[in-house]
Amino acid sequence: MVNLIIDNRSVTVEDGTTILDAARKINIKIPTLCYLDLGKLKMLNKVSSCRICSVEVEGRRNLAPSCSTPVTEGMKVKTNSKRVLFARRKILELLLSNHPFDCLLCSKSTDCELQSLAVEFGIETQHYHGEKSSFPIDISSRALRRDPEKCIMCRRCETMCNEVQTVKALTAFGRGFNTVVAPAEMQPLVNSNCVYCGQCVSVCPTGALTGVGYIKETWAALFDPTKTVVVQVAPAIRAAIGEEFGIAEGVPVTGKLAAGLRRLGFNAVFDTTFGADLTIMEEAREIVERVTKNKNLPILTSCCPGWINFLEFHFPDLKYMPSTSKSPHQMMGTVIKTFYARKLGVQPSDVVVVSVMPCIAKKYEAAQPEHETGGVRDVDYVITTRELAKMFKEGGIDLRYMDDEDFDDPLGESTGAGVIFGATGGVLEAALRTVYEEVTGKTLDNVNFEAIRGLNGVKEAAIDLNGRIVRVAAASGLGNVRQILEKIQEGSSQYDVIEIMACPGGCVNGGGQPFCEDREERIEKRMKALYSIDSNAEIRKSHENPSIKKLYAEFFGEPGSEKAHELLHTEYWM
Amino acid sequence: MENKSKPQVRMLPSEHYAKLDAYIDSFHIDPHDDRRKDVLIQVLHKAQDIFGYLPEELQVYIAGRFSISPAEVSGVVSFYNLFTTTPRGKVRINVCMGTACYVNGAEKVLEAFERKLGIKSGEVTEDGKFSIESLRCLGACGLAPVVTINDKVYGQVQVEKIESILEHYLTETGNEETSDGKN
Amino acid sequence: MERINSYPALTETFKKFEPLLDSRVHTGIREGVKRMILVCGGTGCHASDSEHLLANFSALIAEKGLEDIVAVSNTGCFGFCAKGPIVKVFPDDVFYVQVKPEDAVDIINLHIIANQVVEHLLYEEPVSKQKIKTLHEIPFYRNQKRIALRNCGMINPEKIEEYIASGGYLALGRALTEMTPEAVIEEMKRSGLRGRGGAGFSTGKKWEFGRSYPSDEKFVICNADEGDPGAFMDRSILEGDSHSILEGMALAGYAIGAHQGYIYVRAEYPLAVKRLENAIQQARSYGLLGRNILGTEFHFDVDIRLGAGAFVCGEETALINSIQGERGEPHTKPPFPAQSGLWGKPTVVNNVETLANVPIILLKGADWFNSIGTGTSKGTKVFALAGQINNVGLVEVPMGTTLREIIYDTGGGIKGGLEFKAAQTGGPSGGCIPSQYLDTPIDYESLNAIGSMMGSGGLIVMSEKDCMVNIAKFYLEFIVDESCGRCVPCRIGTKRLHEILTAITEGRSTDADLVELDELANVIKDTALCGLGQSAPNPVLSTIKYFSDEYRAHIQEKHCPSGVCKSLVQYEILVEKCIGCTACANNCPVGCISGVVKKPHSIDQSRCIRCGVCYSKCKFKAIVKH
Ligand SMILES: Cc1cc2nc3c(=O)[nH]c(=O)nc-3n(C[C@H](O)[C@H](O)[C@H](O)COP(=O)(O)O)c2cc1C
Ligand code: SF4
Ligand code: SF4
Ligand code: SF4
Ligand code: SF4
Ligand code: SF4
Ligand code: SF4
Ligand code: SF4
Ligand code: SF4
Ligand code: FES
Ligand code: FES
Ligand code: FES
Repeated sequence: MVNLIIDNRSVTVEDGTTILDAARKINIKIPTLCYLDLGKLKMLNKVSSCRICSVEVEGRRNLAPSCSTPVTEGMKVKTNSKRVLFARRKILELLLSNHPFDCLLCSKSTDCELQSLAVEFGIETQHYHGEKSSFPIDISSRALRRDPEKCIMCRRCETMCNEVQTVKALTAFGRGFNTVVAPAEMQPLVNSNCVYCGQCVSVCPTGALTGVGYIKETWAALFDPTKTVVVQVAPAIRAAIGEEFGIAEGVPVTGKLAAGLRRLGFNAVFDTTFGADLTIMEEAREIVERVTKNKNLPILTSCCPGWINFLEFHFPDLKYMPSTSKSPHQMMGTVIKTFYARKLGVQPSDVVVVSVMPCIAKKYEAAQPEHETGGVRDVDYVITTRELAKMFKEGGIDLRYMDDEDFDDPLGESTGAGVIFGATGGVLEAALRTVYEEVTGKTLDNVNFEAIRGLNGVKEAAIDLNGRIVRVAAASGLGNVRQILEKIQEGSSQYDVIEIMACPGGCVNGGGQPFCEDREERIEKRMKALYSIDSNAEIRKSHENPSIKKLYAEFFGEPGSEKAHELLHTEYWM
Repeated sequence: MENKSKPQVRMLPSEHYAKLDAYIDSFHIDPHDDRRKDVLIQVLHKAQDIFGYLPEELQVYIAGRFSISPAEVSGVVSFYNLFTTTPRGKVRINVCMGTACYVNGAEKVLEAFERKLGIKSGEVTEDGKFSIESLRCLGACGLAPVVTINDKVYGQVQVEKIESILEHYLTETGNEETSDGKN
Repeated sequence: MERINSYPALTETFKKFEPLLDSRVHTGIREGVKRMILVCGGTGCHASDSEHLLANFSALIAEKGLEDIVAVSNTGCFGFCAKGPIVKVFPDDVFYVQVKPEDAVDIINLHIIANQVVEHLLYEEPVSKQKIKTLHEIPFYRNQKRIALRNCGMINPEKIEEYIASGGYLALGRALTEMTPEAVIEEMKRSGLRGRGGAGFSTGKKWEFGRSYPSDEKFVICNADEGDPGAFMDRSILEGDSHSILEGMALAGYAIGAHQGYIYVRAEYPLAVKRLENAIQQARSYGLLGRNILGTEFHFDVDIRLGAGAFVCGEETALINSIQGERGEPHTKPPFPAQSGLWGKPTVVNNVETLANVPIILLKGADWFNSIGTGTSKGTKVFALAGQINNVGLVEVPMGTTLREIIYDTGGGIKGGLEFKAAQTGGPSGGCIPSQYLDTPIDYESLNAIGSMMGSGGLIVMSEKDCMVNIAKFYLEFIVDESCGRCVPCRIGTKRLHEILTAITEGRSTDADLVELDELANVIKDTALCGLGQSAPNPVLSTIKYFSDEYRAHIQEKHCPSGVCKSLVQYEILVEKCIGCTACANNCPVGCISGVVKKPHSIDQSRCIRCGVCYSKCKFKAIVKH
């Protein structure tokens, strides 16, 4: 243990603690911009580049960056002396001097850490006037929007992409004043190997990285009388959107969400959870087939487009491994534009499907050429949780005051299994509930697979399917995924079924979710919200969803049928 | 289905690639070795020697040979002054702007070259023949101001001497002394 | 070549090779001593065609069949590159300057064959116009004490035999067989040697730290990045005495327990790279690098890694990243490299000049070394003298020598008899020292006290012709170019500093800018991540401190007292003095001077680019600058 004095108060902390953490321990707030520690999510950015956290250490020639300076015995620190505050102000003024003053036009406004600091520091004038760096905005991917002029070089995205996700799409480019974080050779993102997981977006303190927005398009569709506008919401939305309205974290808002969407004017309000159940039906069949025949194992889940991009761009030799099932919202899109449109008696081209997703990758996915049926897009627009919250606000809808409503029929009925898709391990758990019953013919009484829940990057379990011990794992975060895939390549993987999610923690931590500073706890709360819905659900197994059964009876026949293949499955490119 | 893959068309001369391959092969790079990048800068120097510059295609190729991402290579290439991603002139004029040269009038020498050739430092003449760059100190400070043209060092260059220095390069084809892409 | 397998065998080899240097060490013409012509083969002299000269000597000797009475050899930089190519003839110890390739004939015919000194190639003292025959009598060399440069201009750097003949590798031999690593460290600590790369940290202590961290693997790095523009001490040593670096590194390796060394050398020094590669090969084949050096248990090898043009890579943590094949961005310390350096292993980074001192210290002893210099700064320091000074070149003087002695005695005073204005030490990180401190003895502490620093040894002399605001701007421009861009104060702050300075030199500033300059400079110093940013404001702060009148003239009177800042000067033709010779008009690069022959000319101010050509061309002092 080390004893030190911060602002005349003594504090005792463990060896190796930073000044910043020691100060936090006694509730002294030191501003930070570049530093970010996401704890169990295993993301630590400690590049000491912004210097806003500078503090005065007695006996030291210059100020110390508190985020990366370890404490020493007897250290005397001042965090708010004249020298410190003066230096911090200058640093912030310098940052602002190379930043567009675009807050009114910036999607990050009110969520922006730079803006908040400017507010806290009471910045009211532009102190330095000089050259600003100028870079084009990149929306080439139709998913991720890069606005490098807003980049403050905190390097969080680089750490996230390169070290946590190991995608290595980003690098600091150039040198000196014009350095910027960008893909190789400042190419448009779409030419890079970015998988659009959006994790960089979720750590970017400014508006330099955001999603490509489709609010305008969605409003236009809603106000177009010739269109039938159908919305679907992913499981993870209900666990997080309440945060944007001051509703207690971790409280699911399913009913309010459905009500709000209806108020926005959507003609039908569906639940992607239904699509999740459908996915389980198809995926479970593949699992059963491959496991029982012991063929082409392990089988990998396919509902996360960030992961699928990772596969296609980085491990193309493994493209035979995953299930061919489309992601749940794409399945929904297809079903809406085929089955549902026919049911309504409208042309598929007059139906607009809007997916509300926690995800950036789904924006990219929905725009891919293979996701259309008969020349019509399966999903027209993907908006994020954050975008939907903005639409609610613009539309005068305060979720706090919504009474619970149900989703519409028939694609609104879902199970607890479908809901937990939003957390890492949930897809696997849902699949196992179905696979178990299908293979053994027995009823699964305890449907909770605790071993594969929680924030760990890789979780594993083994289940006995009529004597065949099936080893399963759930991996989230592409760095963890990479290790597993490399084992598969080497032939040393022990697993039979693996669930893969690109975002650490799964969709609850998706790149489209509300920004927050207490990330680790927040993700756990969102997970808890999903599991609570599941445990309270009447039906907790996908194959027991009555609407699913009906859909197969009326439309697809049975899982894996020709029609199902045509509409619910996809192929991976070489 | 439309192919999403990022096409890797090879436009640069294959004999250059063959040379580069031979060089890279000599390092026996092991994709599992965490330290494999320690020769990356060496390889980039060599590649620039062979090809004359380091365009994206070449960077992607080198990334592949090291089993690292193109972004990593690009980050490095864009960091170091000696690497260029655009072809330079056949006659590369480099004016030293180090302190010793600066206080001895290097700025005027640079301006004189710029005026004479009608391009700015960092540019290439339209015919691709001349390019002007400035660098910081060749260690020949005793001869300040110093200018190098391709690999030849000129010391104590005065504005008045520029005409006569350039004359030699203006008259002949200017190829014989270039190493770019010719070795 | 045969491996040398023990320390006694090395001593034998030394005795065998010693005669190679006989005529150079024991000067004076004696019967039967063969002559030796040394031709400088450093970068400076190469640029003035010394390779050609050397070839001419060889050809002439062969042609005339003089092999028995004379030999010619390449050697390293004499430090007097401005007067190159340099030729030295032994044993008579005659020093020739500015020897052109065609002069080889004279030296062979007159000096070698006819035993006459070639007068016209001797150095001429600029004031007395006296011809000087030997190096030691030349004022430039008179006060020098060459320890780090001991072999430069003495031995052929391409021949390990000559290095061994000069006592090379004996220190390594002794250390490996007679000293423990701790004893080596103790000796280094006692010698008082401090790092010559800039910070001046005790070399012995650094090695002690390096030794104290247990690890399966450790590294020694020689920092040969020499980024300070205008300084070329390290280049001279690398080219002229490559083996001393290898020996110094091996000793460092033995002391800390490392088995691998890297020399990180800037790619702008191709000759140094070539010489180092050659030296490494030779040392390996003699068993002085590699496994079981001199038959002991000690293994040590050295590889070269190239830079690619980034000043910041001289900073040790950036350098380590660069060796790892990454962007050369520094990281915060702690952890220091001695704890976690290359690939996370304990690593000692030493400068070239530091390492060049190591073998001789261990050979001659700590007491010998610490008897030279001042209380806290021991030994000598090499400076690269440049700027408005008569004798441009490399000088090595004992610590504690005053600036005045260096500038006026060794450097021969200011060019053109002008007034001294300032000396800049420490390169872009250092400060400008005004005339009132000319008598400051040069050591680490004294220089820091007056707002500058030792740095790596650049010493730029400025005269009344130099504008100090412009000089500050020049350094800032360098910093803006070279900032790695990682941290805010340096990435954006130095840019803003440079913009303010530019505004001042262009007459677009107010008094508030001076306050801002000072405040911002201090914040950058206080908060930048690495040494580059932390010291970047020094040129600004020191010029504001000592030359505030110049700043005020620019700001308040929109006037550049030295007439350097283009926007603030105007050239004008005095009608009464102009005789219409047309010289100005003919030379004006933009053709903005008009007039009829023999009639007064005039300048179109709107087109004038203020290049000053007309001013220097007018023989009639008819053009004034104001
Ligand atoms: C911006 C910057 C540039 C530097 N450049 C050099 C250099 O070119 N050569 C050098 O030896 N040290 C340089 N240094 C100092 C090194 O970081 C390091 O202190 C030195 O190599 C240690 O060796 P020494 O103890 O032998 O001096 C530089 C430091 C900074 C901050
Ligand atoms: S990034 Fe932040 S500070 Fe910049 S314009 Fe957007 S909201 Fe404002
Ligand atoms: S914060 Fe100020 S600038 Fe922004 S919208 Fe409100 S009044 Fe306008
Ligand atoms: S979206 Fe994911 S893959 Fe793409 S740059 Fe961001 S972190 Fe990297
Ligand atoms: S893009 Fe965002 S996260 Fe990345 S460095 Fe810039 S400001 Fe930081
Ligand atoms: S984990 Fe969820 S939010 Fe993240 S990329 Fe995959 S599907 Fe999108
Ligand atoms: S001070 Fe300058 S060179 Fe050093 S880390 Fe900061 S930006 Fe890079
Ligand atoms: S200063 Fe230069 S541009 Fe101006 S008149 Fe004289 S020669 Fe012409
Ligand atoms: S050079 Fe002097 S004298 Fe001759 S025309 Fe010009 S100003 Fe007149
Ligand atoms: S938060 Fe500490 S340097 Fe950025
Ligand atoms: S400053 Fe130009 S060669 Fe050194
Ligand atoms: S290079 Fe010959 S004296 Fe310096």
